[in-house]
Amino acid sequence: MTAMLNVRDLRAYYGQVQALHGLEFDLQEGSLTTLLGANGAGKTTTLRAICNMVRSTGSIEFEGTKLSSRSTESIVKLGIAHVPQGRGTFTTMTVEENLQLGAISRKDKKAITSDIDRMYAHFPVLKQRHTQQAGTLSGGEQQMLAVARALMLRPRLMLLDEPSFGLAPLVVRDLFKILGKINREDKVTILVVEQNAQLALELADKAYVIETGRIVMSGKADDIANNEDVRKSYLGY
Amino acid sequence: MELLLNQVLAGIATGAIYACMALAVVMIYQAIDHLNFAQGEMAMFSTFIAWQLLQWGVPYWGAFVITLALSFAGGIVIERALFKPLGNAPVLTHVAGFIALFAIINSVAGLTWDFTIKQFPSPFGSSPFLGSQLISTHQAGMIGVTLVLLLLLYFFFQFTRIGLAMRAAAAQPESARLVGINTSWMIALGWGMAAAIGSIAGMLIAPVVFLEPNMMGGVLIYGFAAAVLGGLSSPFGAVVGGFLVGIFENLAGTYIPGVGNELKLPIALALIVTVLVVKPTGLFGRAIVKRV
Repeated sequence: MTAMLNVRDLRAYYGQVQALHGLEFDLQEGSLTTLLGANGAGKTTTLRAICNMVRSTGSIEFEGTKLSSRSTESIVKLGIAHVPQGRGTFTTMTVEENLQLGAISRKDKKAITSDIDRMYAHFPVLKQRHTQQAGTLSGGEQQMLAVARALMLRPRLMLLDEPSFGLAPLVVRDLFKILGKINREDKVTILVVEQNAQLALELADKAYVIETGRIVMSGKADDIANNEDVRKSYLGY
Repeated sequence: MELLLNQVLAGIATGAIYACMALAVVMIYQAIDHLNFAQGEMAMFSTFIAWQLLQWGVPYWGAFVITLALSFAGGIVIERALFKPLGNAPVLTHVAGFIALFAIINSVAGLTWDFTIKQFPSPFGSSPFLGSQLISTHQAGMIGVTLVLLLLLYFFFQFTRIGLAMRAAAAQPESARLVGINTSWMIALGWGMAAAIGSIAGMLIAPVVFLEPNMMGGVLIYGFAAAVLGGLSSPFGAVVGGFLVGIFENLAGTYIPGVGNELKLPIALALIVTVLVVKPTGLFGRAIVKRV
């Protein structure tokens, strides 16, 4: 298996402050990987660095293409969908417009229309609310919308930044089930950043643990979940 | 009663121009969060281009369309050359940029076409509209052109993909980039459209105020008043504000003793101050909460 995404010696900076200190990891095509770590460990920064939204050095290669010199929007067009923290909902626009925006870089109009119908089949609640302003949806519905919007790109790789944030446990279960389904059925490679380590490890097949800007542990999700020391020192449960 | 109706209709006609200027100001404000003080001068320069084309014998509507296209391109050039490099520079840097642009355009226009006032023709003539003494054909034309323009803009922003992308880029730039929208070009496009809308306002008002390099000074202040009244975050509000300011200005000039023609402009300024003190978001604007 070749790696879809290679990250080597990634260092990222916010002004003078260095947030990542030589991060290295790979994502296998078709995998569902989770990046775990405490607050401030650098999880969000890692995702932002992949999309070139933060100043960084080192090398990030996606299917052989170097990402570091590309703009955020051109990275997205390679097929990388990023669901940011806070979901990035276009709050003043309707649910349907949000889905349209997800596919804004695509040219195939007919396929876009059928994809919107597919999203409504995936997430029936979005169909009920398709003319409603997205900002009026509940947190869970907005997260569904964010995932649907990302899928409208027909991405090869999907980056999710704390999808469980602020959601009720039951809603989180639903959402993670859907993510698993997307990964298996639509063959979308997924990298999910989570603080809810227990749930993320149930879902993922591979996991990386990050601490103060470095990868300190990697392995199969099951192994990490079962490793008492790792759990106590890094995952805190 | 006749006087009142007459003043209201005339107010709506000039209000149409203020609405266009306010709309141009709001479009750029939405894109870059700054007020374009040179919007009026850009419109004036466009109008001079139209005048020059007419002098060269181009028919009116031909000149109108060419001017629109040139203004659109000019707006994009200004954004690329001056305001894109400024990027996230502090407010004062932008203000200095706008004032420089104002002075440059004003002087270049004066140098090229001198400062004497010129007649600018109206394509609608100035006879009574439909035989009525209430409103002239040019005033009716001003209202008509503005309404058509607003309708076109509404359809553009509501029903085209590029319009949707522009709205997204203005509302949530970061999310817009994450769905693959080139926000930087959307801003340039906004500048182009604002310049084109301003050129329409210039060409429509020029037959009324005469063409000269300082013709848009007052108009822009009314445009600002309209944008502030309607709410700087709302294009729809800017348009409503434009018509309201036009009507208000005329009624105040007619009915408040001592105002007359000379004190109309201070009324616009007083309106700006009042709105900013009483309801800073304007009639239709939303309060924008920023994390700092």
